[in-house]
Amino acid sequence: MHPYDTFLRPFWSRALPSVLLAVAALHSAAAAQESPYFVTYDHYLEEPGSLEIEYFSTFGTQRASGDFHSFWAEFEYGATAWWTTEVYLDGQTTFNDSTVFTGFRWENRFRLLQREHFINPVFYFEYEQISEADKIIKEVEGHDVESDHAIANALSRKGHNHELEFKLLLSKTFQGWNVAVNPLATKNLLPSIPWEFGYAVGASRPLTLKASAQRCSFCPENFIAGVEMYGGLGDTASYGLHDTSHYLAPVVAWNLPSDWTLRLSPGFGLNDNSHRFLLRWGVSREFSGFAAAISRLLGGRP
Amino acid sequence: MTAKMIANTVRVSIVALFLALGISAAQTEKSPPTSNNSVYAELAKAPKKAEARHNPLEADPEAVAAGAKLFGLHCAECHGEMAEGGKKAPSLRADEVQQATPGALFWLLTNGVVRRGMPVWSKLPEPQRWQLVSYIKSLTPAPKSQEL
Repeated sequence: MHPYDTFLRPFWSRALPSVLLAVAALHSAAAAQESPYFVTYDHYLEEPGSLEIEYFSTFGTQRASGDFHSFWAEFEYGATAWWTTEVYLDGQTTFNDSTVFTGFRWENRFRLLQREHFINPVFYFEYEQISEADKIIKEVEGHDVESDHAIANALSRKGHNHELEFKLLLSKTFQGWNVAVNPLATKNLLPSIPWEFGYAVGASRPLTLKASAQRCSFCPENFIAGVEMYGGLGDTASYGLHDTSHYLAPVVAWNLPSDWTLRLSPGFGLNDNSHRFLLRWGVSREFSGFAAAISRLLGGRP
Repeated sequence: MTAKMIANTVRVSIVALFLALGISAAQTEKSPPTSNNSVYAELAKAPKKAEARHNPLEADPEAVAAGAKLFGLHCAECHGEMAEGGKKAPSLRADEVQQATPGALFWLLTNGVVRRGMPVWSKLPEPQRWQLVSYIKSLTPAPKSQEL
Protein backbone atom coordinates (compact mmCIF):
# COMPACT_ATOMS: atom_id res chain seq x y z
CA MET A 1 0.00 0.00 0.00
CA HIS A 2 1.29 3.45 -0.83
CA PRO A 3 2.33 5.71 2.10
CA TYR A 4 -0.35 8.17 1.11
CA ASP A 5 -3.00 5.56 1.80
CA THR A 6 -1.51 4.39 5.06
CA PHE A 7 -0.97 7.70 6.72
CA LEU A 8 -1.80 10.85 4.83
CA ARG A 9 -5.35 9.92 3.83
CA PRO A 10 -6.48 9.20 7.41
CA PHE A 11 -4.53 12.27 8.57
CA TRP A 12 -6.34 14.55 6.16
CA SER A 13 -9.70 13.04 6.93
CA ARG A 14 -9.16 13.89 10.60
CA ALA A 15 -7.21 17.11 10.50
CA LEU A 16 -8.47 18.86 7.40
CA PRO A 17 -11.92 19.67 8.83
CA SER A 18 -10.24 21.37 11.81
CA VAL A 19 -7.94 23.40 9.58
CA LEU A 20 -10.84 24.42 7.34
CA LEU A 21 -12.86 25.40 10.41
CA ALA A 22 -10.05 27.63 11.61
CA VAL A 23 -9.65 29.23 8.20
CA ALA A 24 -13.41 29.73 7.93
CA ALA A 25 -13.38 31.39 11.35
CA LEU A 26 -11.09 34.13 10.09
CA HIS A 27 -12.93 37.37 9.78
CA SER A 28 -10.35 39.19 7.77
CA ALA A 29 -7.79 38.70 5.11
CA ALA A 30 -4.81 40.92 4.44
CA ALA A 31 -4.35 42.37 1.00
CA ALA A 32 -1.62 40.51 -0.71
CA GLN A 33 1.53 42.21 -1.96
CA GLU A 34 3.14 39.08 -3.22
CA SER A 35 6.16 38.65 -5.40
CA PRO A 36 5.61 37.18 -8.87
CA TYR A 37 8.39 34.60 -8.62
CA PHE A 38 7.76 30.86 -8.80
CA VAL A 39 11.28 29.67 -8.04
CA THR A 40 13.25 32.66 -6.77
CA TYR A 41 12.71 34.03 -3.27
CA ASP A 42 13.04 37.63 -2.18
CA HIS A 43 13.76 38.52 1.45
CA TYR A 44 10.20 39.28 2.48
CA LEU A 45 8.61 36.86 4.90
CA GLU A 46 5.00 36.15 5.74
CA GLU A 47 3.47 38.64 8.17
CA PRO A 48 3.42 37.25 11.74
CA GLY A 49 0.29 35.24 12.50
CA SER A 50 -0.78 35.13 8.85
CA LEU A 51 -1.48 31.97 6.88
CA GLU A 52 -1.16 31.96 3.13
CA ILE A 53 -2.71 29.08 1.22
CA GLU A 54 -1.36 28.68 -2.29
CA TYR A 55 -1.99 26.37 -5.21
CA PHE A 56 0.44 26.13 -8.13
CA SER A 57 0.55 24.19 -11.37
CA THR A 58 3.23 23.54 -13.94
CA PHE A 59 2.55 22.18 -17.40
CA GLY A 60 5.73 20.87 -18.95
CA THR A 61 6.61 19.46 -22.34
CA GLN A 62 8.55 16.22 -22.29
CA ARG A 63 10.56 14.60 -25.02
CA ALA A 64 10.64 10.77 -25.09
CA SER A 65 7.57 10.53 -22.85
CA GLY A 66 4.22 12.18 -22.16
CA ASP A 67 3.91 15.84 -21.25
CA PHE A 68 3.00 16.43 -17.62
CA HIS A 69 0.99 18.62 -15.31
CA SER A 70 2.49 18.88 -11.84
CA PHE A 71 0.78 20.67 -8.97
CA TRP A 72 1.42 21.54 -5.39
CA ALA A 73 -0.26 23.19 -2.45
CA GLU A 74 1.60 25.42 -0.02
CA PHE A 75 0.58 26.34 3.51
CA GLU A 76 2.80 29.25 4.49
CA TYR A 77 2.68 30.60 8.01
CA GLY A 78 4.39 33.62 9.53
CA ALA A 79 5.51 32.34 12.92
CA THR A 80 7.31 35.60 13.75
CA ALA A 81 8.49 38.61 11.78
CA TRP A 82 11.81 36.77 11.29
CA TRP A 83 10.62 33.18 10.73
CA THR A 84 8.27 31.80 8.10
CA THR A 85 7.48 28.10 7.96
CA GLU A 86 5.75 26.30 5.12
CA VAL A 87 4.50 22.84 4.18
CA TYR A 88 4.15 21.66 0.58
CA LEU A 89 2.19 18.73 -0.79
CA ASP A 90 3.14 17.74 -4.34
CA GLY A 91 1.65 15.63 -7.10
CA GLN A 92 1.71 15.21 -10.85
CA THR A 93 -0.18 13.82 -13.79
CA THR A 94 1.81 12.48 -16.71
CA PHE A 95 -0.33 12.35 -19.83
CA ASN A 96 -0.97 8.82 -21.10
CA ASP A 97 0.39 7.51 -17.81
CA SER A 98 -1.08 8.25 -14.37
CA THR A 99 -1.56 10.71 -11.51
CA VAL A 100 0.57 10.27 -8.42
CA PHE A 101 1.18 11.94 -5.08
CA THR A 102 4.90 12.71 -5.07
CA GLY A 103 5.70 13.84 -1.56
CA PHE A 104 5.96 16.74 0.79
CA ARG A 105 8.40 19.42 1.84
CA TRP A 106 8.83 21.41 5.01
CA GLU A 107 10.46 24.76 4.40
CA ASN A 108 11.72 27.39 6.82
CA ARG A 109 13.05 30.86 6.16
CA PHE A 110 14.89 32.91 8.77
CA ARG A 111 15.61 36.60 8.43
CA LEU A 112 19.18 37.13 9.57
CA LEU A 113 19.27 40.89 10.09
CA GLN A 114 16.81 43.06 11.98
CA ARG A 115 16.74 45.98 9.59
CA GLU A 116 17.02 46.65 5.89
CA HIS A 117 20.54 46.75 4.50
CA PHE A 118 22.15 47.15 1.11
CA ILE A 119 21.66 43.40 0.64
CA ASN A 120 19.26 41.49 2.84
CA PRO A 121 20.11 37.86 3.62
CA VAL A 122 17.58 35.22 4.59
CA PHE A 123 18.59 31.67 5.50
CA TYR A 124 16.45 28.96 3.92
CA PHE A 125 16.26 25.40 5.17
CA GLU A 126 14.03 22.68 3.75
CA TYR A 127 13.46 19.01 4.35
CA GLU A 128 12.06 17.12 1.37
CA GLN A 129 10.63 13.64 1.24
CA ILE A 130 9.70 13.18 -2.39
CA SER A 131 9.48 10.33 -4.82
CA GLU A 132 11.48 10.26 -8.02
CA ALA A 133 8.22 10.91 -9.86
CA ASP A 134 8.27 14.49 -8.51
CA LYS A 135 8.09 17.01 -11.36
CA ILE A 136 7.18 20.32 -9.76
CA ILE A 137 10.63 21.73 -10.63
CA LYS A 138 10.46 24.12 -7.70
CA GLU A 139 14.21 24.26 -7.95
CA VAL A 140 16.80 22.87 -10.34
CA GLU A 141 19.92 21.41 -8.80
CA GLY A 142 22.98 19.34 -9.60
CA HIS A 143 22.65 17.54 -12.90
CA ASP A 144 18.85 17.60 -13.08
CA VAL A 145 17.92 17.17 -16.74
CA GLU A 146 14.76 16.65 -18.76
CA SER A 147 15.34 12.92 -19.29
CA ASP A 148 15.03 12.37 -15.50
CA HIS A 149 11.31 12.98 -15.98
CA ALA A 150 10.84 10.52 -18.85
CA ILE A 151 10.56 7.48 -16.58
CA ALA A 152 7.09 5.94 -16.21
CA ASN A 153 5.31 6.83 -12.98
CA ALA A 154 4.88 3.20 -11.94
CA LEU A 155 8.64 2.90 -11.81
CA SER A 156 9.73 6.35 -10.67
CA ARG A 157 7.31 6.53 -7.74
CA LYS A 158 9.07 3.56 -6.13
CA GLY A 159 12.22 5.58 -5.54
CA HIS A 160 12.17 8.01 -2.62
CA ASN A 161 14.54 10.83 -1.84
CA HIS A 162 15.10 12.35 1.56
CA GLU A 163 16.91 15.62 1.07
CA LEU A 164 18.02 18.65 2.99
CA GLU A 165 18.13 21.85 1.02
CA PHE A 166 19.88 25.04 2.02
CA LYS A 167 19.62 28.40 0.32
CA LEU A 168 20.92 31.85 1.00
CA LEU A 169 18.31 34.30 -0.19
CA LEU A 170 19.95 37.60 -1.06
CA SER A 171 17.59 40.35 -2.06
CA LYS A 172 17.44 44.08 -2.53
CA THR A 173 14.62 46.43 -3.47
CA PHE A 174 15.63 49.74 -4.98
CA GLN A 175 13.42 52.27 -6.76
CA GLY A 176 10.68 49.70 -7.05
CA TRP A 177 12.92 47.01 -8.51
CA ASN A 178 13.46 43.86 -6.53
CA VAL A 179 16.58 41.89 -7.40
CA ALA A 180 17.05 38.50 -5.75
CA VAL A 181 19.85 35.94 -6.00
CA ASN A 182 19.47 32.48 -4.43
CA PRO A 183 22.46 30.11 -4.42
CA LEU A 184 21.42 26.66 -3.19
CA ALA A 185 22.99 23.44 -1.95
CA THR A 186 21.14 20.16 -1.53
CA LYS A 187 22.20 16.99 0.24
CA ASN A 188 20.46 13.68 -0.27
CA LEU A 189 20.58 11.87 3.05
CA LEU A 190 22.15 8.83 1.37
CA PRO A 191 25.88 9.26 2.08
CA SER A 192 26.86 8.06 -1.38
CA ILE A 193 25.09 10.93 -3.14
CA PRO A 194 27.14 14.14 -3.32
CA TRP A 195 26.08 17.67 -2.49
CA GLU A 196 24.29 19.28 -5.43
CA PHE A 197 24.26 22.95 -6.32
CA GLY A 198 22.02 25.33 -8.17
CA TYR A 199 20.90 28.90 -8.45
CA ALA A 200 17.91 31.12 -9.05
CA VAL A 201 17.97 34.83 -9.85
CA GLY A 202 15.08 37.17 -10.40
CA ALA A 203 14.15 40.79 -10.95
CA SER A 204 10.70 42.32 -10.75
CA ARG A 205 8.90 45.65 -10.43
CA PRO A 206 5.32 46.87 -10.01
CA LEU A 207 3.97 48.48 -13.17
CA THR A 208 3.67 51.76 -11.28
CA LEU A 209 5.08 52.83 -7.94
CA LYS A 210 2.40 55.20 -6.62
CA ALA A 211 -0.90 53.82 -5.40
CA SER A 212 -4.13 55.24 -6.70
CA ALA A 213 -6.60 56.66 -4.22
CA GLN A 214 -9.40 54.27 -5.19
CA ARG A 215 -9.71 50.58 -4.44
CA CYS A 216 -9.40 48.94 -7.83
CA SER A 217 -8.63 45.58 -9.37
CA PHE A 218 -6.98 46.77 -12.55
CA CYS A 219 -4.79 49.60 -11.19
CA PRO A 220 -1.26 49.18 -12.51
CA GLU A 221 0.18 49.07 -8.99
CA ASN A 222 -1.59 45.70 -8.54
CA PHE A 223 0.54 44.10 -11.24
CA ILE A 224 4.15 43.09 -10.67
CA ALA A 225 6.13 41.83 -13.63
CA GLY A 226 9.63 40.49 -13.94
CA VAL A 227 11.82 37.64 -15.03
CA GLU A 228 13.58 34.79 -13.31
CA MET A 229 16.30 32.37 -14.33
CA TYR A 230 17.25 29.16 -12.59
CA GLY A 231 19.36 26.09 -13.17
CA GLY A 232 21.79 23.52 -11.86
CA LEU A 233 25.49 23.92 -11.16
CA GLY A 234 26.55 20.30 -10.84
CA ASP A 235 27.66 18.58 -7.66
CA THR A 236 30.74 18.06 -5.54
CA ALA A 237 31.84 15.20 -7.79
CA SER A 238 31.36 17.17 -10.98
CA TYR A 239 30.90 20.89 -10.51
CA GLY A 240 30.02 23.07 -13.48
CA LEU A 241 27.47 23.65 -16.20
CA HIS A 242 27.88 20.44 -18.20
CA ASP A 243 24.84 18.12 -18.09
CA THR A 244 22.75 20.72 -16.35
CA SER A 245 19.46 22.36 -17.28
CA HIS A 246 18.55 26.04 -17.16
CA TYR A 247 15.37 28.06 -17.62
CA LEU A 248 14.40 31.64 -18.31
CA ALA A 249 10.89 32.65 -17.35
CA PRO A 250 9.01 35.94 -17.48
CA VAL A 251 6.73 36.23 -14.44
CA VAL A 252 3.71 38.32 -13.58
CA ALA A 253 1.59 38.59 -10.44
CA TRP A 254 -1.78 40.25 -10.07
CA ASN A 255 -2.46 41.26 -6.47
CA LEU A 256 -6.21 41.72 -6.18
CA PRO A 257 -7.66 43.97 -3.48
CA SER A 258 -10.00 41.09 -2.65
CA ASP A 259 -6.98 39.40 -1.08
CA TRP A 260 -6.24 36.96 -3.87
CA THR A 261 -3.05 36.80 -5.90
CA LEU A 262 -2.80 35.24 -9.35
CA ARG A 263 0.52 34.38 -10.94
CA LEU A 264 1.53 33.31 -14.43
CA SER A 265 4.88 32.38 -15.92
CA PRO A 266 5.83 30.85 -19.26
CA GLY A 267 9.31 29.34 -18.95
CA PHE A 268 11.72 28.36 -21.66
CA GLY A 269 14.50 25.80 -21.51
CA LEU A 270 17.87 27.30 -22.37
CA ASN A 271 19.69 24.17 -23.49
CA ASP A 272 19.03 20.66 -24.80
CA ASN A 273 18.97 19.23 -21.28
CA SER A 274 16.03 21.42 -20.33
CA HIS A 275 12.32 20.95 -20.88
CA ARG A 276 11.51 23.06 -23.89
CA PHE A 277 8.55 24.81 -22.28
CA LEU A 278 7.10 25.14 -18.79
CA LEU A 279 3.87 27.02 -18.20
CA ARG A 280 3.27 27.83 -14.55
CA TRP A 281 0.29 29.40 -12.91
CA GLY A 282 -0.86 29.82 -9.34
CA VAL A 283 -3.47 31.28 -7.05
CA SER A 284 -3.05 32.20 -3.41
CA ARG A 285 -4.90 33.88 -0.60
CA GLU A 286 -3.48 35.30 2.57
CA PHE A 287 -5.40 35.07 5.84
CA SER A 288 -4.16 37.44 8.48
CA GLY A 289 -5.01 36.80 12.10
CA PHE A 290 -4.80 33.01 11.68
CA ALA A 291 -2.91 32.62 14.95
CA ALA A 292 -5.46 34.76 16.77
CA ALA A 293 -8.31 32.67 15.30
CA ILE A 294 -6.64 29.45 16.50
CA SER A 295 -6.11 31.07 19.88
CA ARG A 296 -9.83 31.95 20.07
CA LEU A 297 -10.82 28.41 19.02
CA LEU A 298 -8.70 27.08 21.84
CA GLY A 299 -10.31 29.40 24.35
CA GLY A 300 -7.81 32.24 24.31
CA ARG A 301 -8.78 35.83 25.00
CA PRO A 302 -10.93 37.42 22.28
CA MET B 1 9.74 1.53 6.12
CA THR B 2 8.94 4.38 3.77
CA ALA B 3 5.42 4.75 5.10
CA LYS B 4 6.76 4.85 8.65
CA MET B 5 9.34 7.49 7.79
CA ILE B 6 6.75 9.62 6.03
CA ALA B 7 4.40 9.28 8.95
CA ASN B 8 7.09 10.27 11.44
CA THR B 9 8.25 13.22 9.39
CA VAL B 10 4.74 14.51 8.85
CA ARG B 11 4.15 14.24 12.59
CA VAL B 12 7.34 16.19 13.24
CA SER B 13 6.22 18.80 10.71
CA ILE B 14 2.82 19.11 12.37
CA VAL B 15 4.42 19.49 15.78
CA ALA B 16 6.70 22.18 14.36
CA LEU B 17 3.78 24.03 12.81
CA PHE B 18 1.88 23.96 16.07
CA LEU B 19 5.02 25.18 17.81
CA ALA B 20 5.15 28.05 15.35
CA LEU B 21 1.47 28.72 15.96
CA GLY B 22 2.09 28.62 19.70
CA ILE B 23 4.89 31.15 19.48
CA SER B 24 2.76 33.43 17.39
CA ALA B 25 -0.27 33.02 19.63
CA ALA B 26 1.87 33.70 22.66
CA GLN B 27 2.97 36.94 21.10
CA THR B 28 -0.65 37.97 20.60
CA GLU B 29 -1.33 37.22 24.27
CA LYS B 30 1.20 39.82 25.40
CA SER B 31 -0.09 43.01 26.94
CA PRO B 32 -1.22 45.60 24.41
CA PRO B 33 1.77 47.42 22.98
CA THR B 34 -0.14 50.69 23.14
CA SER B 35 0.88 50.95 26.77
CA ASN B 36 4.51 50.21 26.07
CA ASN B 37 6.47 53.35 25.41
CA SER B 38 9.46 51.37 24.22
CA VAL B 39 7.58 50.54 21.03
CA TYR B 40 7.46 54.22 20.22
CA ALA B 41 11.10 54.54 21.24
CA GLU B 42 12.01 52.78 17.99
CA LEU B 43 11.19 56.03 16.22
CA ALA B 44 14.00 57.73 18.09
CA LYS B 45 16.46 55.25 16.61
CA ALA B 46 16.04 56.68 13.12
CA PRO B 47 19.38 58.04 11.88
CA LYS B 48 19.52 61.84 11.63
CA LYS B 49 19.80 61.71 7.87
CA ALA B 50 16.66 59.55 7.59
CA GLU B 51 14.83 61.67 10.14
CA ALA B 52 15.52 64.82 8.14
CA ARG B 53 14.04 63.50 4.89
CA HIS B 54 11.03 65.40 3.61
CA ASN B 55 7.94 63.74 2.27
CA PRO B 56 8.12 64.27 -1.51
CA LEU B 57 4.34 63.74 -1.71
CA GLU B 58 3.48 66.32 0.94
CA ALA B 59 1.80 68.53 -1.63
CA ASP B 60 0.14 65.68 -3.50
CA PRO B 61 -3.63 66.10 -2.98
CA GLU B 62 -4.22 62.36 -3.46
CA ALA B 63 -1.50 61.15 -1.12
CA VAL B 64 -3.65 61.01 2.02
CA ALA B 65 -6.49 59.15 0.28
CA ALA B 66 -4.06 56.71 -1.34
CA GLY B 67 -2.32 56.29 2.01
CA ALA B 68 -5.66 55.57 3.67
CA LYS B 69 -6.32 52.86 1.11
CA LEU B 70 -2.89 51.33 1.67
CA PHE B 71 -3.37 51.54 5.43
CA GLY B 72 -6.63 49.60 5.14
CA LEU B 73 -4.95 46.96 3.00
CA HIS B 74 -1.74 46.44 4.90
CA CYS B 75 -1.79 48.01 8.35
CA ALA B 76 -5.32 48.09 9.80
CA GLU B 77 -5.27 44.41 10.76
CA CYS B 78 -2.70 45.15 13.49
CA HIS B 79 -3.01 48.91 14.12
CA GLY B 80 -6.83 49.01 14.02
CA GLU B 81 -9.22 50.31 11.39
CA MET B 82 -8.90 53.86 12.75
CA ALA B 83 -5.20 53.49 13.62
CA GLU B 84 -6.24 53.52 17.26
CA GLY B 85 -4.00 50.54 18.05
CA GLY B 86 -4.78 46.90 18.66
CA LYS B 87 -3.57 43.81 20.46
CA LYS B 88 -0.59 43.47 18.17
CA ALA B 89 0.44 47.03 17.37
CA PRO B 90 0.31 50.48 18.93
CA SER B 91 -1.87 53.49 18.18
CA LEU B 92 -0.61 55.69 15.39
CA ARG B 93 -2.57 58.63 16.78
CA ALA B 94 -0.31 58.79 19.83
CA ASP B 95 1.79 61.90 20.40
CA GLU B 96 5.00 59.96 19.85
CA VAL B 97 3.92 59.12 16.31
CA GLN B 98 2.26 62.39 15.46
CA GLN B 99 5.28 64.39 16.63
CA ALA B 100 7.75 62.21 14.74
CA THR B 101 9.15 63.62 11.51
CA PRO B 102 7.89 62.18 8.21
CA GLY B 103 11.41 60.89 7.62
CA ALA B 104 11.41 58.97 10.91
CA LEU B 105 8.05 57.38 10.10
CA PHE B 106 9.29 56.45 6.62
CA TRP B 107 12.41 54.93 8.14
CA LEU B 108 10.39 52.85 10.59
CA LEU B 109 8.05 51.64 7.85
CA THR B 110 11.01 50.66 5.71
CA ASN B 111 12.90 48.81 8.43
CA GLY B 112 10.08 47.48 10.58
CA VAL B 113 10.62 46.44 14.16
CA VAL B 114 11.27 42.80 13.43
CA ARG B 115 11.93 41.61 16.97
CA ARG B 116 8.61 43.13 18.09
CA GLY B 117 6.64 41.61 15.24
CA MET B 118 6.40 44.51 12.81
CA PRO B 119 7.59 43.34 9.39
CA VAL B 120 9.74 45.43 7.09
CA TRP B 121 7.59 47.19 4.52
CA SER B 122 10.24 47.97 1.96
CA LYS B 123 8.33 45.68 -0.39
CA LEU B 124 5.97 48.58 -0.86
CA PRO B 125 7.57 50.99 -3.34
CA GLU B 126 8.92 54.24 -1.86
CA PRO B 127 6.06 56.41 -3.13
CA GLN B 128 3.54 54.11 -1.44
CA ARG B 129 5.43 54.32 1.84
CA TRP B 130 5.37 58.12 1.58
CA GLN B 131 1.64 57.93 0.89
CA LEU B 132 1.26 55.96 4.09
CA VAL B 133 3.28 58.57 5.94
CA SER B 134 0.99 61.28 4.54
CA TYR B 135 -2.04 59.38 5.86
CA ILE B 136 -0.52 58.75 9.28
CA LYS B 137 0.42 62.42 9.66
CA SER B 138 -3.13 63.41 8.70
CA LEU B 139 -4.63 61.52 11.65
CA THR B 140 -5.98 63.55 14.51
CA PRO B 141 -4.12 62.88 17.75
CA ALA B 142 -5.87 60.61 20.22
CA PRO B 143 -7.22 61.96 23.48
CA LYS B 144 -4.78 61.14 26.28
CA SER B 145 -7.09 58.45 27.70
CA GLN B 146 -7.00 56.48 24.42
CA GLU B 147 -3.25 56.26 24.38
CA LEU B 148 -3.14 54.14 27.50
